[in-house]
Amino acid sequence: MQAHQRMLDPTPNGQNSGDSPLLRTIGLTKRYGDFLANDSIDIDIWPREIHALLGENGAGKSTLVKAIYGLIQPSAGEIHWQGQRIVLSGPSEARSRGIGMVFQHFSLFDNLTVAENVALGLDGKESFKDMSARLEQVSKAYGLPLDPKREVWQLSVGERQRIEIVRALMQDPKFLILDEPTAVLTPQEADQLFIVLERLKAEGRAILYISHKLEEVKRLCDTATILRGGRRVETCNPRLETAASLARMMVGGEVKEVKAVSGRKTTVPRLVVNDLSLAPAEAHGVRLEHISFELKGGEILGIAGVAGNGQDELFAALSGERLSKDPGTVVIEGIAAGHLSITQRRKLGAAFVPEERLGHGTAPRMKLSENALLTGHAASGMVRRGFIDTAATLKTVDRATETFDVRKAKRDPEAASLSGGNLQKFIVGREILRNPAVLVVSQPTWGVDAGAAAVIRQALLDLATAGAAVLVTSQDLDELAEIADRIAVMFHGKLSAPLAASEASREKLGLLMGGSSLEPKEAAHAAGA
Amino acid sequence: MELVEAIILAVLAASTPLLIAATGELVAERSGVLNLGVEGMMIVGAACGFAGAWLTGSIFIGALFGIIAGTLMSLIFALMALGLAVNQVATGLALTILGIGLSGLIGAGFVGERISPAVHLHIPGLTDIPLIGRVLFGEDGFVYVSIALIVGVWWFLYRTRAGLILRACGDNHVSAHALGYPVLRIRTFAVMFGGACAGLAGAYLPLAYTPFFIPGMTAGRGWIALALVVFSSWRPGRLVVGAYLFGAVTILQLHAQGWGVGIPSQFMSALPYLATVIVLVLLSRARTGGSTAPAALGTVFVPDR
Repeated sequence: MQAHQRMLDPTPNGQNSGDSPLLRTIGLTKRYGDFLANDSIDIDIWPREIHALLGENGAGKSTLVKAIYGLIQPSAGEIHWQGQRIVLSGPSEARSRGIGMVFQHFSLFDNLTVAENVALGLDGKESFKDMSARLEQVSKAYGLPLDPKREVWQLSVGERQRIEIVRALMQDPKFLILDEPTAVLTPQEADQLFIVLERLKAEGRAILYISHKLEEVKRLCDTATILRGGRRVETCNPRLETAASLARMMVGGEVKEVKAVSGRKTTVPRLVVNDLSLAPAEAHGVRLEHISFELKGGEILGIAGVAGNGQDELFAALSGERLSKDPGTVVIEGIAAGHLSITQRRKLGAAFVPEERLGHGTAPRMKLSENALLTGHAASGMVRRGFIDTAATLKTVDRATETFDVRKAKRDPEAASLSGGNLQKFIVGREILRNPAVLVVSQPTWGVDAGAAAVIRQALLDLATAGAAVLVTSQDLDELAEIADRIAVMFHGKLSAPLAASEASREKLGLLMGGSSLEPKEAAHAAGA
Repeated sequence: MELVEAIILAVLAASTPLLIAATGELVAERSGVLNLGVEGMMIVGAACGFAGAWLTGSIFIGALFGIIAGTLMSLIFALMALGLAVNQVATGLALTILGIGLSGLIGAGFVGERISPAVHLHIPGLTDIPLIGRVLFGEDGFVYVSIALIVGVWWFLYRTRAGLILRACGDNHVSAHALGYPVLRIRTFAVMFGGACAGLAGAYLPLAYTPFFIPGMTAGRGWIALALVVFSSWRPGRLVVGAYLFGAVTILQLHAQGWGVGIPSQFMSALPYLATVIVLVLLSRARTGGSTAPAALGTVFVPDR
């Protein structure tokens, strides 16, 4: 654990352009009860530097940036800004000093306009009219187009992030914090963002960049600070490290390699979707248009795409949360199932893992055993003559715990008390233990740390090896490249022809995710592969 | 002619307490707080308002008493629902029950007493214009205050930065907190404004509507005010229309009985609520996205520090 700990090594690559760093924390500590979220963290940020902050979930990244942005008060330690010790009373003081922040879960107001959202992030010293004019100026200058009069709920995720960035830039910050900015972007949108960030750096600003994507960090960042368990374990130059060595520092040991058995046999088609079209159930949902694919046993099909392009609607149509008028649109194990309920589909051997862990995948305030019953009642012998077999539900919990290394405080806690990664391992485990013929899983490792993600991906691969058909929807292209045999892209409710994973380059997928089509020849070739 | 003028005057008088109370609740709900205690705050405002006026002989001081009483009641709500993060629905209902009991206690000694009601404006010449004269220039002070209030609230919500921040708290308190706005403090002020308005609306009843106090004299007007806020889809302009519409229904109900129309009075009393349900359905069908209600309405917020 302590092996990597080097104390206060000098900033690695000659960034010391001034005599003191722009921002320095000394022994920054934040305690919640007995829990040390940050344990005396030292970090130096220099002007003209893109500084990566790496760490698994719960490593203390968010706590650290919240303290730097004045959202929480540190329990101990100091923050120095331009060589002077400061105590921030709140985010507005941080902003007035020149510290800006772009949040991971956007801090936007859905029912207010773009201009109103921006105004709320500023200190209100200029009139609304002047502010709107400046908003257009800044968004033009940085190539981040925005319509100030639209309400946020009408905008795409990429546009929402633009609001956040423009809002931060309008304060002319010397130091900008970005919390996982590329998590929701297409590769092309991410490239656009990198251009903006390089430009900000050239203007002499400093950037603190939080990300899980190590390749991205290697490409963009000058310095990386790695946190683990609330402590700083290393500050290094990411360009001199490999993605694997960075991951090792984050996890504090080897990350288990996900291994696919070579020469997996594909068998009969187990999930077939024939020309599925479905009007959206909600006012601003996506219409599914003519979706067709065939998934054989032993095969993993990945569906990539920017969130909100119909993935949720497709999941609902496959799981039976929404029914189709034509039974033949969804065929499970050779039986037309488009009109069948969720329970009937489960009885055919299908299993489903939705994206939302709390509230969709599990009932948050119910115990794990009760949650096991919620999806297992149909076909797993947990109900006898209408009565719940408590022992059987508990046994499911124990088996999932053992097989998938679910860490929890007691044998049968409430679902909401588990961390995201552990709850996701439980949910995936619960479905896999039912030995499904077809598994439909949405964003299997969203917001899950590297260790748990490896366990889940391995489980999906093992399930396919055992002969099941697995459909994975994910925004993480690396994940799909790692486990999927074929990858299709969803855009505006349409599904592209699947590409063989070996041919699905980031560029091709990125184009499809942005709505462009590939060369007709190429697509036809790929579909045949 | 005389009858039309009388009906308009009666409608205005019946609508004014609804408008005042609903204006206050609109502000509270726009900040994200659902205070179901309007009826309770109103009835305490009525009792205290009457007591103040009877003791001092001044309608103005009576109204002030009503405002203070309503504000104090709303502070109990703020302490529970904002300070201690208790469920807002339960707290609001409890506040109403408390208010009804408390007003009975305070008002017990004043039942049967009379005061001289609030004087009506009289501008020679203007007030004497037939039909519209008394409607426009011959009302009591409460009517003019109620209109000034709703115009002021509209201006505040849509034309000032403070109003924008208040709406932001109602839309997404997590974001508002992340941007550094003191969500709970803003909401406390909004709830206090709601309480002050409810207290004033309650005081209107024994000070201007009828010159005496009887227990339970708000008779469900607080609930109508709550329905009115929903009816208006949280917009000040529609709130004015709704308030006069609901006031008109109340008056119509009295006249309908007088004329011997065979509609049960209970049905007429239920009309405002029915109208609210219909408006909600129409709104949700018409709107293509986003939400009509403040998105954070009624949810508990505990900032992490």
